Amino acid sequence: MSIDLLAQVQPFERPAIDWHAVAPELILLGFGALLTLADAIWLERGRRFTAPLAGIGLLAAMIPVITLAIDGADRTLFNGAYVVDNFALVMKAMFLLSGYVVVLLSTNYISEGDYWENEYYGMLVSSILGMIVMASARDLISIFVALELLSIPAYLMATWRKRDLKSNEAGLKYYLMGVFASAVMLYGMSLLYGISGSSILSEIGEVVNGPDGESTVAAMGVVFVIAGFAFKVSAVPFHTWAPDTYEGAPTPVTAFLAVASKAAGFVALVQLVFVGFWGRDDIYEPLMWALAAASMTIGNLIALRQTNIVRMMAYSGIASAGYIMAPLAVAGESATAADESLRAVVTYLVIYAAMNLGVFGVILAMARKTRSAEISSFAGAFHYAPGLTVAMTIFLMALAGIPPLGGWWAKFVVFRALVVPGTISGYVLAAVAAVNSVIAIYYYLSVLRTMWADDAPDGDVTPIRIPASLAAAMALTAFATLAFGVWPPLVDTVSDVTLLVSGGS
Amino acid sequence: MDFFRDWGLTLLIFAPLIGAAVMMAFPKTDESIHKVLALGTTLVTAVIGVVLLIDFDYDRADEMQWAVERNWIDIIRAEYAVGIDGMSLPLLILTLLVVPLVIIYSWNHFPHPHNPKAFLMLILVLHTGMIGSFVARDLVLFFVFFEVVLLPMFFMIAVWGGEDRKYASLKFFLYTLFGSALMLVSFLALFFLAGAETFSIVGLSDAVAEGGVSRNAQIWIFGGMLLGFGIKVPMFPFHTWLPDAHTQAPTQGSVILAAVLLKLGTYGFVRIAIPILPEAAVVWSPVIGALACIGIIYGALGCLAQTDMKRLIAFSSVAHMGYVMLGIATLTDWGINAAIFGMVAHGLITGMLFFVAGSVKERYHTLEISRLGGLLVSAPRMGWILGFISMASLGLPGLAGFWGEFPAILAAYNPANGVPVGLFRFYMVVAALGTVLAAGYLLWLLQRTAMGEPSEEFANNPEITDPNREEWIAWTPLLVLILVFGLVPGLIFNITDPAVEANISDCLSTDVGDDKASFDVGTCERDGIDAALADLGVAIGDGE
Repeated sequence: MSIDLLAQVQPFERPAIDWHAVAPELILLGFGALLTLADAIWLERGRRFTAPLAGIGLLAAMIPVITLAIDGADRTLFNGAYVVDNFALVMKAMFLLSGYVVVLLSTNYISEGDYWENEYYGMLVSSILGMIVMASARDLISIFVALELLSIPAYLMATWRKRDLKSNEAGLKYYLMGVFASAVMLYGMSLLYGISGSSILSEIGEVVNGPDGESTVAAMGVVFVIAGFAFKVSAVPFHTWAPDTYEGAPTPVTAFLAVASKAAGFVALVQLVFVGFWGRDDIYEPLMWALAAASMTIGNLIALRQTNIVRMMAYSGIASAGYIMAPLAVAGESATAADESLRAVVTYLVIYAAMNLGVFGVILAMARKTRSAEISSFAGAFHYAPGLTVAMTIFLMALAGIPPLGGWWAKFVVFRALVVPGTISGYVLAAVAAVNSVIAIYYYLSVLRTMWADDAPDGDVTPIRIPASLAAAMALTAFATLAFGVWPPLVDTVSDVTLLVSGGS
Repeated sequence: MDFFRDWGLTLLIFAPLIGAAVMMAFPKTDESIHKVLALGTTLVTAVIGVVLLIDFDYDRADEMQWAVERNWIDIIRAEYAVGIDGMSLPLLILTLLVVPLVIIYSWNHFPHPHNPKAFLMLILVLHTGMIGSFVARDLVLFFVFFEVVLLPMFFMIAVWGGEDRKYASLKFFLYTLFGSALMLVSFLALFFLAGAETFSIVGLSDAVAEGGVSRNAQIWIFGGMLLGFGIKVPMFPFHTWLPDAHTQAPTQGSVILAAVLLKLGTYGFVRIAIPILPEAAVVWSPVIGALACIGIIYGALGCLAQTDMKRLIAFSSVAHMGYVMLGIATLTDWGINAAIFGMVAHGLITGMLFFVAGSVKERYHTLEISRLGGLLVSAPRMGWILGFISMASLGLPGLAGFWGEFPAILAAYNPANGVPVGLFRFYMVVAALGTVLAAGYLLWLLQRTAMGEPSEEFANNPEITDPNREEWIAWTPLLVLILVFGLVPGLIFNITDPAVEANISDCLSTDVGDDKASFDVGTCERDGIDAALADLGVAIGDGE
């Protein structure tokens, strides 16, 4: 019997691989290996090469992304499990560039602490590798592998300061909650596979659109998978890990989690919603609505009470997750609504990356002097670090949505996506978002007021020495933040994306 | 000239930013470089302003000149559309004049905690925002510039302000931001409801005139703009941020705030709210008129109760902006001409009052009116200047203040069609009473600060001197203009009238088409006023 079976098995044939399409991933993989090798061969002497090597690797991976974008053709690999379309390319570029900024932010922080550097950058690179795989993954298994590939290094990076209890707490909390969410998601995926018999998203989409999609099992699958990613993007009520993890993790890692890791969660959500769950807008729309409204409101209200700027940014990040999620709550209304909401999500993610990384850059620079992330310790910064104060003003006011800084455009497209379908639920969510924008301004402004108008603690006004890489990171993000706001078409051209397999509408 | 017609306004908007960027390159210890750079930049903008004045075709003041239109944000059809017509020209020139004067005044007067580099850079950013607001012809562009103004002013008050600066700056910021949020919502509602696929003011105005937006929606949208612009003006009861902001702001901030920023609100009414939504303006006009009158009386009574000179001037701003709003509320082109004149006059006069208050504070280290006194003895020239501008402020004929108030009151006698005439005649009486109160508080202020003998604590104080060189340079142009505009008001009226007529009368006449007879009466009445003013030696427009 078994011999018969074996005889029937076809000899394994390697599926055709489009090497150009996977070149960014391969380059990152190569640099990850190189980093490990450098560590193994040069040991301590390798330290000074690691950060530049990681940075070069990320930039090198940008080259095939750009050539693929110039080529412009959508590429499908592995029977539709892996897709390179313009959505994937834009998100890959965003991950690589924000990864590069994180390397710039990390350079001095990591080398000045008494820790191994190779491992840090090795893990950073592999986490980013997971993210760019996620941008192309259109299959449950690829999505799950990408998710674990990006998460596990992130758990470790959160505990990087291994002699610090808070850092340990940060990593452990993140890990436990992350694993729990993965389990829930995996269960949902198994249900989806159960009804559709396929792990390819577009095939799941066909089944979910069809009569089988009406079943309770399908609905449970959709809910569980979305809940799993709601954890990743720190949406209320799955947000509880975020403030503690953000506070305890090394600040560059926090920046990485707040920007890249969160964006990766949204990339997966967008793919699932637009490709896989398109037919069940009766399920995902109310779910997204509730998650978005709760995240915005609770995130902003708790942020008002924070005295630690990193915790404040954690809650502001929770609120931002709400803004980004909001367009998905009306995405299923029509084809136009779907286009608008996809564009809104991508626009917000791109602009958010620039301004949020900028904020963490300033926090890192300030902490070099204050050795604290308490907002009160930033008092009087204007008198000894006017440049940093102005930079912080640019970033925080951008987050608050004051034109002409980038954030106003991000908020604007979200509002637009919400009102375009003309549904009551869209209008109400837009109103919730509007009220929240005003609340947010208050806490951003109080940080600025402390930095501009208060007197420095103990009258200490020695200036801060900012290392070159940190300065470069802030200059890059500040430039992007300003450019996106003054010239929104800049971000429009990249956010004008379509998913290769967008469901029937 | 062709170069300027294409690039002049763009250059004007961005020159201050370029100046600020250059200043960034120099360390903050090189104070004189920063002063020269900042002054140079604002002088460049002033020179462009002079070129504009020369090149401006006054026979076509109703048309946008130096107009530029470029695509900006395609997906929402927002354009980079700028241009100047008779309505914005006086306010733009006022801005271009006041900012360099403020920098000259600052030369050796930087408020605590000093730091000229940051202070001047903020002024330059502010300059960009103000210029941009006055030349924008697209609502999104206008909104962006309107917001650009916010942050520099916030920081100017929060860092260089008085003791209560944190409270005052936050109040200023939150009030204005709340208003501009409503304003943005109104703009967006207009965009979506009108379905015109444009944010240009003219485009939206046409779309609304063609019946794209229901009457109810128009009224709601106008209400949003009323709050947005009204807070900036500020109108009673949204004025409470103003006395705090003015009192706590450094002198330079107060001057810019009074001379230019408040005008952004009233300018919004005449440029955006009324031309786009004339029907709703008619509905709201009794409310605007009522709030304006309350503002006039309340501001005046508030002045009488103040013990601080700067706070008193701030309250007088509330009263004066009340006249401007009353002129606007009549919706006649006469009233709106008066309103624009009032804005310029208030900018010159109140700006000047804050300059003097700042200099008094610098000499006496206090603005408690009860402790001042005898300014005419200690510093006679300064005392005379204070007297002169007080006279101008209370609306003495022959000085600029008069031409803002008197025609506005006159216009309330005969408001536009659909606006309740009886009510506005009542408003007229109230506003006229307000001028008496204005005379009261200003003369009383003068009496308590300038007349009499200096009190013992300040007698023979060598610090109390007449204006120094920078002060003279900064003040003379303002003083001269107050007098010139007072004697020859046609200088402004002739520019504004064609534009006001084109913007306001046209759109208001559309909804009185069914009531042609009364409209003709309105026109006759206007001619009557023209004739009356011709007797006074004032020519309005070039006649029909």
